[in-house]
Amino acid sequence: MIEARGLTKRYGKTTAVNGLTFEVRPGQVTGFLGPNGSGKSTTMRMIMGLDAPDAGSARINGRAYGDLAWPLREVGALLEAKAFHPGRSAAHHLSALAQTNAIPAARVDAVIELVGLGSVAHRRAGKFSLGMGQRLGMASALLGDPGVLLFDEPINGLDPEGIRWVRNLLKGLAGEGRTVFVSSHLMSEMALTADHLVVIGRGAMIAEMPVATFIAQSSQHFVRVRGPQLTGLIPVLHGAGATVATDDDGALSVVGLGASAIGDLAGAHQVVLHELSPQSASLEEAFMELTHDSVEYRGDAPSSPGGPTGLRRSAEKVRSA
Amino acid sequence: MSATVVTPKRPEGHYRASGSLRSEWTKLHTVRSTVWTLVTLVVASIGVSILASAETASHWATISAADKVGYDPTNLSLSGFALGQLAIGVLGVLIITAEYSTGTIRATLAAVPNRPLVLATKAAVFGGVAFLVGEALSFIMFLSGQSLLSGRAPDASLGQPGVLWAVVLAGVYVAGLGLVALGLGAIIRHTAGAISALVGLLFILPLILKALPNSINDAVGQYFPSEVGSAMASVHQQAHTLSPPAALGVLCGYVVVALGVGGWLMVRRDA
Repeated sequence: MIEARGLTKRYGKTTAVNGLTFEVRPGQVTGFLGPNGSGKSTTMRMIMGLDAPDAGSARINGRAYGDLAWPLREVGALLEAKAFHPGRSAAHHLSALAQTNAIPAARVDAVIELVGLGSVAHRRAGKFSLGMGQRLGMASALLGDPGVLLFDEPINGLDPEGIRWVRNLLKGLAGEGRTVFVSSHLMSEMALTADHLVVIGRGAMIAEMPVATFIAQSSQHFVRVRGPQLTGLIPVLHGAGATVATDDDGALSVVGLGASAIGDLAGAHQVVLHELSPQSASLEEAFMELTHDSVEYRGDAPSSPGGPTGLRRSAEKVRSA
Repeated sequence: MSATVVTPKRPEGHYRASGSLRSEWTKLHTVRSTVWTLVTLVVASIGVSILASAETASHWATISAADKVGYDPTNLSLSGFALGQLAIGVLGVLIITAEYSTGTIRATLAAVPNRPLVLATKAAVFGGVAFLVGEALSFIMFLSGQSLLSGRAPDASLGQPGVLWAVVLAGVYVAGLGLVALGLGAIIRHTAGAISALVGLLFILPLILKALPNSINDAVGQYFPSEVGSAMASVHQQAHTLSPPAALGVLCGYVVVALGVGGWLMVRRDA
């Protein structure tokens, strides 16, 4: 269990992390989503006691990181690729870490095999590819067999095989009842891996919800409607409960009614249509829409009315919920 | 979620200093920079000492009486540390700055969140190694230097008053200077910056001081680390230099200040 309460970090006038409050529960993979530079790594470093928050606090199993009795046996973290001395072998790097927390030497060999570095364990780690470096980072996170794990962008630099391996590893760890907190800037990856989402933008909370809810809300379909005389159709669609946005080219984006229902209404009111096409936004677009909104929300610019997918509305709903 | 919370078995109590000491020893002896800097320390120190002793031995007859007044064969045979000290300083810097430049420091502090303990165990392990190497080197330099002087110029033996102390203190200086460099590394955190500061402290500042009026040089110069080291390795105290016990005290002061400030900054700053 990880608990963040009002976590705040400022660098000069910039607020990198602004009052983040969330919980990461055991038994599920919690995805930590946000664009690059949104404060994910800073938040993770504060949870790990590496950076001191300017306000708020983070607790792991009810304790501040610095108060953990055997940190590596309670928390494992992959915070950056290649956080090791290039002249030292993977085996020696892991041995040095294991010794601090009285972790038996046999466990070092076990995690080396687990991450598939057995054949290169005694080579200088500076020769490792980015993917091998990530695997060494995974090995150090798993070294103490901890119940809480944090991974910062663990799939960076991995090939498709490695990505699938990480995905299964994270799910497996959560399935064993561990708390797994993994950051990513890729919504599509989190949709496959995570059970729960914490979404931030510019250091502030945007949404916290189950992945299934996020997908249901954001894969909201809309229908693109084009025609020579649509102005009369808009109140009709509103009357039928749809949300309508007018695009730059004069076409309508309709949310809340299916294509056939819109066609029936247009026919009943004798409106000529040139296009009536169902569309759907990808998860990635939904995520960008969501985080883009947070950027606008925090700026002075007046926010435009709901975009074509109506996602800004759903984002606002989430925020007010 | 129906999954149970995993609580893997763990030993009683709390992470200990003994584990950190083992870890720091592992980190120290598993990188090549340790071997190379120690080899440089040994070669540079012995090389300079042998050259200096041989030079004096072959020219003893032509050395002026004025120069012979301050002649200290013990100090002469230990003069190689004037150069060798840079190598142990570089190692002291690297022990901590390499962790910052590679990101290893975050793994280290995640494993041992007690930052003063991290710096203290680094200091203990590295200081211990530097002390053992420094003492061995000091005796080798003394004995080889005296054998070169023997018969051609006045030489010293360990039985003479103050000689054994000078040889032992020279080894202590090696360890002490290494710890000052470790503190500098913890303060500056960048390898190039910390080594520049070290070179400045050991070699550049004394040069600048020599350009200033003699009164200032005489008053301040004796407190510079290189002069402190030379004073510790002396049997005959020169004018405007510290006595060996005073020099040892000043060195200890440097170590305490450098490691104290370094540890304080480690606690205060984000890793």
